[in-house]
Amino acid sequence: MKEFKGRVIAPGTVTAEAIVTHGGLNTLASFQKALQFGDKKATCGDQNNPDLYGKQMAGKALCLPQTIGSTTGGMVIYCACAMGRQPACMLFSNPIDSLAAAGSILASVWLENVNMPVIDSLGEEFLSYMKDGMTVTLKDDGTVCVE
Amino acid sequence: MYLTDEQQAILNGEKGETMAKVMKTLVMYGDAFGADKLIPITSEYNHLVTSFGLKMISPVYELMDQLIQAGAVSTQKFSMDPRPVDKNVPANFLQNLIFNKIMYAKQDFYEDQLQQLGLLDQDAFTCACYLDQVGNKPQKGEILSWAESSAVVYANSVLGARCNRNSGIMDIMGSIAGCVPHFGLVTDEGRKAAWIVKVETTKKPEAQLLGSAIGMKVMEDVPYIYGMDKWLTNGLDDSACAYLKDFGAATASNGAVGLYHMHNLTPEACEQGESLIVENARVYVIDDAELQRVQDSYPVIWKNKDAKPRLCFVGCPHMSLQQLKDWTEAVEQGLKNAGNKKVLIPTVFTSAPGVIREFEKTEYAQRLKATGVVLSYICPLMYMNNPLCGSMPVITCSNKLRTYTTARYYTEGEILEKITKGGNR
Repeated sequence: MKEFKGRVIAPGTVTAEAIVTHGGLNTLASFQKALQFGDKKATCGDQNNPDLYGKQMAGKALCLPQTIGSTTGGMVIYCACAMGRQPACMLFSNPIDSLAAAGSILASVWLENVNMPVIDSLGEEFLSYMKDGMTVTLKDDGTVCVE
Repeated sequence: MYLTDEQQAILNGEKGETMAKVMKTLVMYGDAFGADKLIPITSEYNHLVTSFGLKMISPVYELMDQLIQAGAVSTQKFSMDPRPVDKNVPANFLQNLIFNKIMYAKQDFYEDQLQQLGLLDQDAFTCACYLDQVGNKPQKGEILSWAESSAVVYANSVLGARCNRNSGIMDIMGSIAGCVPHFGLVTDEGRKAAWIVKVETTKKPEAQLLGSAIGMKVMEDVPYIYGMDKWLTNGLDDSACAYLKDFGAATASNGAVGLYHMHNLTPEACEQGESLIVENARVYVIDDAELQRVQDSYPVIWKNKDAKPRLCFVGCPHMSLQQLKDWTEAVEQGLKNAGNKKVLIPTVFTSAPGVIREFEKTEYAQRLKATGVVLSYICPLMYMNNPLCGSMPVITCSNKLRTYTTARYYTEGEILEKITKGGNR
C-alpha cells in the first residue's frame, strides 16, 4: 500500500477503483454524450483522450492532472453530480483549476446527498504511480491510500 | 478570507437561505485559490457562457428556478453566448428534428428563465459581447464575473479589465452577490507574465495559429509577447482588435490562457512594459517552422480523411463588422479569379445579432448573399456538438472550433481557396 497526501477541496471518504488520465480531462467532451443520452456509467466520450475514451467514469476514482476545455466544464460536473453520474472522487495531481473547482463547489453547496470528495495537489509522483484498476481509499484529511 | 459585515450577514442567512448559498459558493471558490477577500464587481454588464437549452442540463434549470423563486437575480444585466440553433444554417430534416425537438427542446424555457434573471435583451446572444455593436464593453480596470473563455481573455488583455477564467454558473453567482473572490487574474501579481514569447516569423502570423501555438505551450500562464508590433502597426485599431480577438480565442481554447500582454500594443504592456515579466520567465521562440510544426500536429478525426467538406464555418468567435466586409470582398475576388459565381462548399459566416443588423444596412450584405454564403448568429460549436453533425466533414479557420469538435482546421487563405475554387478537398 502507498499513501499520498493532498489538499481537501470537497471533503468526504470513499473507496473506489481508479481510472487514470495523464492528459487533462476535457470535461465537456468527456461527459456530454453520457449526459445527453442517459448513459448511467458515464462512459468517456472524448476521442482525443486515449487514456479514458470508452471507459466508465461514474463511480470511479478519477485520477487526473487537471481539467481542460470549455468554461462550461464546472456546469457539466455539476450536472453529472445532480444526475448521479459523477466519479466517486476526483484526485488531482496539480493544484485544482478554476473550472473543476467551480463544479465540485457548486455540487457540494447546491445539491443534497451528493458525495464526490475532491483532493488536489497530490503531486506528479501520484499520477505516475496510479494505474487503472488500483483500489483507492480516501480519508477525510486528504490522505489517499492506494492498493 | 476577510468578509465585510454585509457579506458575512448574507453568509449567515440574513437575506435568506438561497443568498447564503450564493455567498457560500463564492467563499469556497475563493478559498480554493487562497483569495483574501471578495471584491465588488464594477463592470456595467455581466456575460454568461451557458446559452444553450440542452435537455441534458436540466439540473441547471432547477438551480435557476431556485434562484428566481428566491428573488436572487443578477444585480447586473447580462449578455449571453450565442444561440445554438438558427434555421438559416444548412441542416437536413433529421438534424432539424434532433436540434429542435430533442437536443435544444428547452431553449425557449431557458431563455424565459434568463429573462427573469437579468438578460440584457433578446439580441444579446454572442461570444463577442465586447464588439461596439453589442455594447457590453468593459473599461480598463473594471472587475468582471465573466466565463466565456474567448471573451475573458479579450477583456483582460485588449481592454485591460480584470476577470478570472470562471466556469458557467459561477459567472452568475458573482453578479447575484455583486462580488468575486480576489485571486488570480484580478490581482496585480496574478497578471505578471511567466513566459516570454518571441515572434520571429517572416510574415504576419495567422492569428489562430499563433494563438494555438502559444496556448499549447504556456497553458494557463500569462505570456508577454514580443514582435507583434512589427505586424500590427496601427495600434489597437479595428483590424488589430479583430486579430487579437481570434488570437486570444485560440490561446484560451488550445491552452487555458486568460490574459496575455503584447509588447507596445496591449494597455498594460504599453504602461508597465517589461516590469510585467517575472524573474526567470521561460522563453518560447516562434518562427515559420514552429507554426508549421503546430499546424501539422493537429489530428484529423474525420472518419474518411479524404472526404469532401460538406460545410464551412468562419466566425468562432463571432466576426466583427470589418471582418464581415473584408471577407465579403475576399470571397468575391476569389470567386472572380476562379470563374465561379457562388461558393463551392456550403459556407456559414457567424456574427453577433447587433453586428449582423449593422452589416445588413451596408451594400456588403447583398454582395455577400450573392456569393451564396449564409450569415448567421449561431454558435458553430453548439451546432457541431452532436453525433449527426460531429460525423460531418466540416472545415473551419477557427482553432477553437477545431479543438472542441471534429471540424478540420485550415488557415484563412486555405479556407478562402477551398470555398471559392474547390479543388483537392
